[in-house]
Amino acid sequence: MTPTQQTRPIQLDRALNFWRDRSWDWLGLLPFLVFAIAFMLLPATSIVVRSFQDNAGHFTLQNLFDLRQPNIVSAYTVSIQLSLVTAVIGGVWGFLMAYGITVGGLPDSVRSLLLSFSGVASNFAGVPLAFAFIATLGRLGMVTGWLNSIGIDLYDNGFNLYTFWGLTITYLYFQIPLTILILAPALDGLRREWREAAENLGATTSEYWRYVALPILMPSLLGTTILLFGNAFGAYATAYALTGGQINLVSILIGAQISGDALQNPGLGNALALGMVVIMAGSIALYSWLQRKTSYWLG
Amino acid sequence: MNTQRFWSWFWLILGTIYFVVPLIATIDFSLRARKGTLSLDAYANIFDDPKFFESFTFSAVTAVAAIALSWLLIVPTAYWVHLKLPRFRPVMELLTLLPFVIPAVVLVFGLIRTYSMTLLNTRTGGWVLLTAAYIVLSFPYMYRAIDTGMRAINIRTLTEAAQSLGADWQTVIFRVIFPNLRVALLNGAFITFAIVMGEFTIAALLAQPAFGPYMNLLSSSKVYEPSALAVISFALTWGAIGIVQLLGQGTGQKQVGGPR
Repeated sequence: MTPTQQTRPIQLDRALNFWRDRSWDWLGLLPFLVFAIAFMLLPATSIVVRSFQDNAGHFTLQNLFDLRQPNIVSAYTVSIQLSLVTAVIGGVWGFLMAYGITVGGLPDSVRSLLLSFSGVASNFAGVPLAFAFIATLGRLGMVTGWLNSIGIDLYDNGFNLYTFWGLTITYLYFQIPLTILILAPALDGLRREWREAAENLGATTSEYWRYVALPILMPSLLGTTILLFGNAFGAYATAYALTGGQINLVSILIGAQISGDALQNPGLGNALALGMVVIMAGSIALYSWLQRKTSYWLG
Repeated sequence: MNTQRFWSWFWLILGTIYFVVPLIATIDFSLRARKGTLSLDAYANIFDDPKFFESFTFSAVTAVAAIALSWLLIVPTAYWVHLKLPRFRPVMELLTLLPFVIPAVVLVFGLIRTYSMTLLNTRTGGWVLLTAAYIVLSFPYMYRAIDTGMRAINIRTLTEAAQSLGADWQTVIFRVIFPNLRVALLNGAFITFAIVMGEFTIAALLAQPAFGPYMNLLSSSKVYEPSALAVISFALTWGAIGIVQLLGQGTGQKQVGGPR
């Protein structure tokens, strides 16, 4: 509107912007902000505040010290192990499949089929996913039956769907598709010229991967792994439906605390949830930092 | 066939087996309710159960309410940010990403602690909290879809054109912006629908009679019916996400994550 805008000195522009800040435009955001505060920020903040309060409402650090209880330490350990294992296996397996449909030269029809399926499977979790694996690897499951008929009894050999490794196999059902969805675009971003340039300089395939492709992909590979970690770490429904709440995970412990003050200490429940948020927030912060590093190369 | 192609096929086939076998096993299991033969008895039992329809309807109604309210919250806000407050965009992005950082079990924990003395004391309070929580869960998908949609249409020109023809701001939002965002709105709606229909954590911990808790409850008393429910639920997810993918073809939108 104002033709003089371009010629205005920067300082004046800043001052005008500052003045514009004083306008009432932000009122338009009020409905959303009120909702977000009431149903997201306030509940989250109340967990933080109550973590530092005793039953009478006085400030205390006791709740955080109480997190050292053996069953809580073991819940965090198992949750972190489960998230790490499913993130690494899901990440590697998903990478190999994403590689196949991008650089690996599989037909386009396979590519679009796999990407479509991944879109659905990454959303197929919780109770129905648990049922699907009970029908597959439970005591009466189809694969258990097949293996039985050729003389291998899974459950006699120490396998149990309702424990750590059963959960791992089940979680991979949403972890692998998620990896494929995230990594396929990143692998598409690897330019053909980079490979050709490396080959012209005499690099072998493994040297190209070792010195060119992997370093470029590293931020998105690590970022994906972190996202997968958070994805598994926050999961509750799948684990609960599969084990009936019998496995000691942080999310399950918080659920039990909600249903009936399982820890017999409301403040400790808050500290437990706080620890979960801190770990999640830390991993997402790391993720977005790595994202920015990747987009620099692949942008 | 060179080695690269071989390994590509190898991992693809291995993955496909892992993806397909549980689906086959679930369908197979759901057909075994009658001894010695395949039958649809498990499905018949489910459709005979009034609780199935009650919980299904409950979740569907909740999903529709959450979608409508999410539209009403996000569209005007995103519109306002695009038009007047572009500097707030990072703030919006952060706020709408928070549901990924706060696990559902922690969100519901906070909600219960915050509203146990107020909302949760009333009859409909639990349902209000459930709907609010689902609106929060819809934020990442809904905001991203709508934000992308708004980048694609020139909302400033549309607004100025509408205003110069004498439209007030309600007319601009509801008769100009909303219709132009059809695809984005439906996109966010179907993902939200898929998430809400299968959601267990929040509904169960708020003790609401939703579809997710119903599925879980059934598994404690029935053997074959849960598999039939899993098949139905998977078909539902497939349908909703399938529509999203049809809508999103060519726009390069992707969406990740869901109820764990």
